[in-house]
Amino acid sequence: MNRFLLPLAAFVLLAIVLGVGIRNSDTKGVVASPLVGRPAPQFVLPNLLDPDTPFDSRTMAGRWYALNVWGTWCIECRVEHAALVAAKAAGQLPIIGLNWKDDPTSAVAWLAQLGDPYEATAVDAEGRVAIDYGVYGAPETFLIDPQGIIVHKHIGPLSAEIWERDFIARAVSR
Amino acid sequence: MNAKVVALALLAGGLFAGALPAIDTTQLPDPALQERYEALTHELRCMQCQNQSIADSPVGLASDLRREVAEQLVAGKSDTQVREYMAARYGDFILFRPRLSARTAWLWALPGVLLLAGGVIAWRVVRQRARLAANDPDFNADDSER
Repeated sequence: MNRFLLPLAAFVLLAIVLGVGIRNSDTKGVVASPLVGRPAPQFVLPNLLDPDTPFDSRTMAGRWYALNVWGTWCIECRVEHAALVAAKAAGQLPIIGLNWKDDPTSAVAWLAQLGDPYEATAVDAEGRVAIDYGVYGAPETFLIDPQGIIVHKHIGPLSAEIWERDFIARAVSR
Repeated sequence: MNAKVVALALLAGGLFAGALPAIDTTQLPDPALQERYEALTHELRCMQCQNQSIADSPVGLASDLRREVAEQLVAGKSDTQVREYMAARYGDFILFRPRLSARTAWLWALPGVLLLAGGVIAWRVVRQRARLAANDPDFNADDSER
């Protein structure tokens, strides 16, 4: 009797540890950001479509907005682009683009061809702002509240459904 | 093992090693800084590939993070400050060596606990066998197959 008790206890313990680990982990492969709930890093970067006026993130203070990290080299960004353009048309939440380590000429051509969903596109040529935001793969989208706090981070391509559920619902409900 | 196989394996290894370009060619001005730089970049995870350190990874983000480490070391930041900088942005997941905190305490305590548990079990088995051998004249201590 006692012989089976110990291995059984060990098994149950292991199952609990693994179970808790699985429950606490987010969707597979996605690493939770420590930045959610903290102030969004402020930055001033060149504006892709308006080179004379740099984009300053402080101008967004007092408004809900989404910060979308993208690049023309990013295949999944092409996948989500239509959803972003539709979101812009709906006009509920402004989107700021962060063009991450990209070729500006290709980026301008991309927006001309596929539509421009962004209120402004900041050019992060060296990837320093992306590091401040803990970006590790495009596309990533942050929801930032009027106080400048990061409320939510979405990793991977957006869809109309995700946009509605994770962004619009959060921004409107508060 | 067959000497020919060993020779072939060594040759193949040599060929591949020669074909791999050096990923990180950063040279810091000070050898001591360079040493710290290499140690740090080997213990920070490449978030895009996740099973490589940023020292071993050729992807763009890894080289950006290496540049960040180099710049911070040259600016006089301590190793701990660099690690904290990275963990504040990417989470503890970026650290290959987990920090001791309330969440990771069990991770550090577990080897000791397991060692202790193993010791207790081994001690009990030995005692039980000793008792069996003392009580049963037919008990064969060498009979480990049951």
